[in-house]
Amino acid sequence: MSSENPEQRAEQGADQLPAQAEEERREQPVARTGMFGARTTGDTSGYGRLVIRQSPKVTAPRPYGGPDGAAEAGEFDEVADELERLLPDFGDAIERVVVHRGELTFFVKRERLLDVARTMRDEPTLRFELCSGVSGVHYPKDEGAELHSVVHLLSITHNRRVRLEATCPDADPHVPSLVPVYPTCDWHERETYDFFGIVYDGHPALTRIEMPDDWVGHPQRKDYPLGGIPVEYRGAEIPPPDERRSYV
Amino acid sequence: MSSTKYTEYDAYAAEEAAEGRVFDVNGQDWDQVVAGAEDLGDERLVVNMGPQHPSTHGVLRLILTLDGETVDDCRVGIGYLHTGIEKNMEFRTWTQGTTFCTRMDYLAPIFNETAYCLGVEKLLDVTDQVPERAQIIRVMMMELNRISSHLVAIATFGLELGATTVMLNGFIEREYTLDLFEEITGLRMNMAYVRPGGVAQDLPSGALSKIRDYLDRMPKRIQALRKLMDANPVYLARTRDIAYLDLTGCMSLGVTGPVLRATGLPWDLRKSQPYCGYETYDFEVATQDTCDVYGRYLVRMQEMEESLKIVEQCVERLQRVKGPVMIEDKKIGWPAQLAIGADGMGNSPRHIAHIMGTSMEALIHHFKLVTEGFRVPAGQAYSHIESPRGELGAHVVSDGGTRPYRVHFREPSFVNLQATPAMAEGGMVADVIAAVASIDPVMGGVDR
Repeated sequence: MSSENPEQRAEQGADQLPAQAEEERREQPVARTGMFGARTTGDTSGYGRLVIRQSPKVTAPRPYGGPDGAAEAGEFDEVADELERLLPDFGDAIERVVVHRGELTFFVKRERLLDVARTMRDEPTLRFELCSGVSGVHYPKDEGAELHSVVHLLSITHNRRVRLEATCPDADPHVPSLVPVYPTCDWHERETYDFFGIVYDGHPALTRIEMPDDWVGHPQRKDYPLGGIPVEYRGAEIPPPDERRSYV
Repeated sequence: MSSTKYTEYDAYAAEEAAEGRVFDVNGQDWDQVVAGAEDLGDERLVVNMGPQHPSTHGVLRLILTLDGETVDDCRVGIGYLHTGIEKNMEFRTWTQGTTFCTRMDYLAPIFNETAYCLGVEKLLDVTDQVPERAQIIRVMMMELNRISSHLVAIATFGLELGATTVMLNGFIEREYTLDLFEEITGLRMNMAYVRPGGVAQDLPSGALSKIRDYLDRMPKRIQALRKLMDANPVYLARTRDIAYLDLTGCMSLGVTGPVLRATGLPWDLRKSQPYCGYETYDFEVATQDTCDVYGRYLVRMQEMEESLKIVEQCVERLQRVKGPVMIEDKKIGWPAQLAIGADGMGNSPRHIAHIMGTSMEALIHHFKLVTEGFRVPAGQAYSHIESPRGELGAHVVSDGGTRPYRVHFREPSFVNLQATPAMAEGGMVADVIAAVASIDPVMGGVDR
């Protein structure tokens, strides 16, 4: 992990990249091999044997700091402390906590999402009274947690934000609905269902919202093609965007 | 020819889609409709308003159940303008993303771009490195855009209530704002002007004096609009105590923007969670405490006046603050200072002479940045700005590649539109129009 080069080392330190043991990295599944996306012909770039592994899931250590990225305990710690005090089984409900780019994320076990959200809204010391919406993300390589449902909460009282993230596997795409706590999630959850196929249990009327009612498939999933046709421009044929070279 | 028979399934066939008797209103057939409805002896009438109805701000569909003139039930149908912008962005570079997202809320393109770029900059961790001049230009463009957006909101609102004078006046003033955009960016709408790391190009010479002319003209024009509407008895009758939504309703439905500020809560992200240096500008947050359509109108009017104040401060600063408008980091910042040519915006002739004639390295950098783009460290960020309609958020996710892994926009139009039933149910059918217009949804933003 840490480089021999003092300049690089300083950069890594500034990025606050978590130190990982080499063994831990080697256990991770392979994300890609080689370079420049060359698959069809022999790779002459010299990167042919490069193996990039998925980075292990990050858990932020205490203190969490605040939005300014300070190293000492800040308002993120206040939120976490309060939540820990109010949820007797905090360690069971919250899988991990991530602090990145001045934002606090709680990965919540999906069974406990409703419970956690209610605490977040109702407790005067937390009081996240406004839900900024639900967004879905599809990580096909994240086995057992392919679909993520991301909720952004805003506390006007304390002027702070927090993110709740719940995951569910592709095989069982169910997450409890937050409509009983935040009625604004009604359309957001319909949208996420429409685009990702996450079924929000307990939603009053989970139907498609953007796509036509008889549409097949969930377009924002990574296994759903973008589509498109090649275009001819000045004698050259330009392939559709999803068939162009990508620099992964 | 084969003799295979098949029956086409038509999901929208009237017999299948509706129960009871169906009337197709095509104009000049009101007598038949009225006579037919009388025959039924049923007071309940389901009216399908939209998606092509002129009073629905675009392609919004309202399904109203009417009991006489009273709205019993209101359901909102959207999705007629879904263009898959979020999906498309996943197949382009981070810089190209602005070209897509600027088209979401087409009345507030600068806000879409800025929300997205702030998210990308946050993920790159370069927020502090964006040049000051770029931030001032961003603020100025956003405030000009806020004025043009509010002008359309008020203009179309007038039109929907039947007042073409309001519409004409509003659109005339908007045109002057769009002229400024054209002068500065080369385009009136969908400019893709704000880019990750700064803005696409510096102000052209003469732009500041044009903005000063605009600042001289606008206060009088806004005053004229106020004179026309503020105490107009017809206008008051159509807006006072109409479409009531209080603070509790706003909180639970996630409503932000002028609708929220009309309940008396001074929640404005420019003040409470500042970005782009808004904390250094002097302006007031407009509020009203009437919770009705009239209050929302007053909030918008006052916001335009405050925006003019901010633009004035920006002009003053832009005279002092010189320097680059794109981040210094050559790995992120487009190596060109773009310029407006005869055929629109593009690389400046000086830059092309530089890369084609003198510097091989500059050519390589340019080629790599344009074809491959820059990489953004893996992670996710949520950026939030105060758009004319409320909190515009961008949830930006990267997997460490040269393309966005996922970008989701928290569109205020989308969220606020959910409040339509809460505002319209129990009221008169004519007030549904006022309710929708006071939310000021832009369907391009709702459906994305």
